Amino acid sequence: MNIQTPPDKLTAKDFATDQEVRWCPGCGDYAILKAVQVTLANMGAKPENTVFVSGIGCSSRFPYYMATYGFHTIHGRAPAVATGVKLARPELDVWLVTGDGDALSIGGNHLYHILRRNVDVNILLFNNEIYGLTKGQSSPTSRIGQKSPSTPTGSIDSPVNPCQFALGSNARFVARGIDIQAKELGELFLRAKDHKGASFIEIIQNCIVYNDGVFADFAEKAVAADMQLHVKHGQPMIWGKAKNKGLHLNTKNLSLEIVTIGESGVTANDVMIHDQSNKILAMMLSGLRTPAFPEVLGVIYCDPAPSYELQVKAQDDVSRAKGPGDLDKLMRAGKTWVVN
Amino acid sequence: MNLQSNPSRGDAPSQDQQSVVVRFAGDSGDGVQLLGSQFSQETALAGNSLATFPDFPAEIRAPTGTTYGVSAFQINFGSRIIKTAGDQPDVLVVFNPAALKVNHKQLRRGGIVILDSGTFKEKEIKRAEWDSDPRTNGVLADFRVIEIDISKQALECAKPFGVSQKEALRTKNIWMLGLVSWMYDHNIQPIMDSLNKKFGAEDPVGLANVAALKAGHAYGEIHEVSGELSPRTFPAVKHEPGTYRLISGAEALAWGLLAGAKLADLEAVLASYPITPSSPILHILARLRQFGITTFQAEDEIAACCAALGASFAGKLGITASSGPGIALKTEAIGLGISTELPLVIVNTQRAGPSTGMPTKTEQSDLYLAVWGRNADAPIPVVASRSPGDCFDVAIEAVRLATKYMTPVMILSDGYIANAAEPWRIPTMSDYTPFKVNFRTDPEGYQVFMRDAKTLARPWVKPGTPGMMHRIGGIEKDSLSGNISYADANHQKMTDTRAAKINNIADDIPAQVPEIGNTKGKLAVVGWGSTYGPINRAVANMRDQGFDAAHIHIRHIWPLPRNLEALLKSYDKVVVAEMNNGQMLTLLKSQYLLDAKGLLKVSGQPLKIEEVENAIRTHCSA
Repeated sequence: MNIQTPPDKLTAKDFATDQEVRWCPGCGDYAILKAVQVTLANMGAKPENTVFVSGIGCSSRFPYYMATYGFHTIHGRAPAVATGVKLARPELDVWLVTGDGDALSIGGNHLYHILRRNVDVNILLFNNEIYGLTKGQSSPTSRIGQKSPSTPTGSIDSPVNPCQFALGSNARFVARGIDIQAKELGELFLRAKDHKGASFIEIIQNCIVYNDGVFADFAEKAVAADMQLHVKHGQPMIWGKAKNKGLHLNTKNLSLEIVTIGESGVTANDVMIHDQSNKILAMMLSGLRTPAFPEVLGVIYCDPAPSYELQVKAQDDVSRAKGPGDLDKLMRAGKTWVVN
Repeated sequence: MNLQSNPSRGDAPSQDQQSVVVRFAGDSGDGVQLLGSQFSQETALAGNSLATFPDFPAEIRAPTGTTYGVSAFQINFGSRIIKTAGDQPDVLVVFNPAALKVNHKQLRRGGIVILDSGTFKEKEIKRAEWDSDPRTNGVLADFRVIEIDISKQALECAKPFGVSQKEALRTKNIWMLGLVSWMYDHNIQPIMDSLNKKFGAEDPVGLANVAALKAGHAYGEIHEVSGELSPRTFPAVKHEPGTYRLISGAEALAWGLLAGAKLADLEAVLASYPITPSSPILHILARLRQFGITTFQAEDEIAACCAALGASFAGKLGITASSGPGIALKTEAIGLGISTELPLVIVNTQRAGPSTGMPTKTEQSDLYLAVWGRNADAPIPVVASRSPGDCFDVAIEAVRLATKYMTPVMILSDGYIANAAEPWRIPTMSDYTPFKVNFRTDPEGYQVFMRDAKTLARPWVKPGTPGMMHRIGGIEKDSLSGNISYADANHQKMTDTRAAKINNIADDIPAQVPEIGNTKGKLAVVGWGSTYGPINRAVANMRDQGFDAAHIHIRHIWPLPRNLEALLKSYDKVVVAEMNNGQMLTLLKSQYLLDAKGLLKVSGQPLKIEEVENAIRTHCSA
């Protein structure tokens, strides 16, 4: 319990609780927590109007560390709880923190429904491709061949791509970031908060204990420039140390391919411009996998539609337009008779 | 009319002079439920007491003429207070051979069968799994059989209006409504008015229906030959003064939830997932949003419970309604509600059998699930409704307990109560004492799990309140701050406190008194839920015959009333009558080391008066 008299401008510290953070030393979650606290302070969020809802898993301890309202719920069900919060109180700013097991395995159904309904909740999915809290089993995003206590001879489950799952669920805002890129994450959080309707952010997160380095081929600083494509709406999709790699649409087989500007007559004009409202493009971009392609980061898709809870509220308001219901009247409507 | 009446072939009807039991049965598509509910409305308006029992299959439109597609509606009505839908029909109306096949064994010896002879053709008879024509093979020897070609009658009266044959045959139920209205001297004008209103005065289908209604009524008048079908009138029952209406359990429950929320000064969120026989609660409340309720059809049962709990966290009253299999799925989320100590109302309209069981049939077999059915020590209050109208007060009580004690509460209703209808004296909201919820807004000295000294409830704080930000969750928490705590003494304390909070509710509920009979004596018949009617009537009947029996009916299933143990131990014998394999029996035995016996029934059908009477005879000498 934190009693605060909020100063005019809150800082990241004002969003931190007195609870000792209990993630493993070096866990990517620390950086994400910090980025969320900084962003909320920067955007002038009111702690009393902010609610963090989570499920179960390492990521889901998140609410305990946020000096806002928080509800640490049960495994996989955070989207359903968050939907209830928004239905009851549309004016609250609701954030949902989940992991790859919580959101895509036990809670896959609920994630799908909160996205397709477009409930105005900001969903942060920490993807470390492993179950951390239960000690290292393979998860729905683990790669084929992943060895773990539950898959000692290698996982044979075909992994799910979180952003493609979200797009397939008709999410209207899909983005991807990396735990250690605080600045970029902050921008994504800001965009997510401004977006009305469900916002889905996959955060690539390194589990230092059970899956350390699984994203090293693109997340490490040394390879970042050559292996990360940060997309921006209306900008050409160019990356690389020399800023000369670009994505080009091969219209013959409807696929994306890498071109090098300045080679074989390729110019900047041959590089595709990112259009965040193009769902087909979003599907293709989020499906690009290393090492053949760079990891695509940033706001991959954004095409707003009316949010669920406001549509519910609008219907409720219509029902209530003639004033509040009168129970005595309701019970006496229809056929009645009087006994004297 | 072909009257096969022959008193020597069967007993004289043993129906008492004050009431009669009529059962309508036909294909799911014959409109039997509509016929029954319209007839019930008429009966209620005539001032009679009544109880109904819609008894239908799970299939929406099973293949026509099959036994598993038979839908039935039973009504018991008359000039005394009616407490059950009747053990045995006195009159059975069947629209096809399959309906006869399924229902004829229930009919009282000497009772009347009215059958649509237009459907008793070789193919239909065979389809209904009769070896030979039941009209001539002797199975109806004990009954008086009235054959009418209702199909032909319906086609005839629809002819002038140019409706299709299919539409014409669909007026059979209305034709029959005309005939039974004549049989019991009911005024058909209100039905004509409502048909005109529904279809409009010019609509051919509406006109065909009105013609069928009149024709059925006239048929009775014209064929009043033998005197056996002369109209029978039941004088109005002396009910308590007031305004009355017919009400089903689902309606009363839905309205009671709204009433409870109003008394608590709360808005509500109902989150549910479709399931038989609970869905009507969602349907009813979805149309009553002007009463400050938001309804949400969730993606599954778990989500429904979680969304309701989310709404409670956000400061509204979370409600979720389901039946056994759905409640099983909600179990973990109910545990979260217990652990976080948030109000939540869970409605369980019980149905028969484990797993899918028999969705449209009634049972009381979720008592264990309600009282004990969660992981770890996870107590919640449980209240049970005894009749359709009683659901209203039980729902209010559930909201009161949930908000006052910050806890999930389960209401046990059942499929019989949900669908059955009874006359109900309409309450007045100003007669109820409000129990307004006071959200805490004062940060001074606030701790998330601080408790009211008397109720042991923690404060309810709405997100959005400045200075009161807090985190809750399903992890064990410190008994004061609510911060995560695995401390051994703390978990013991929290477990003890959660139990004590619920146990203390026993001080906040009425003491148990017998419904009928003395507070001590030879035999107590104990019931709960929808067995109220048959137990009550049976005990009254047997007391008239000199048996020293009492009827005790338990509303608060958990915690039990404080005086219940002493009360039960003041009888020589205790019989628990319930529609399960002995769940309340086990509960009472475990709590009181009571040597009780069970009268247990799980056929999917309500308990009969006769069955309780027999038990009283067995356990109690006159």
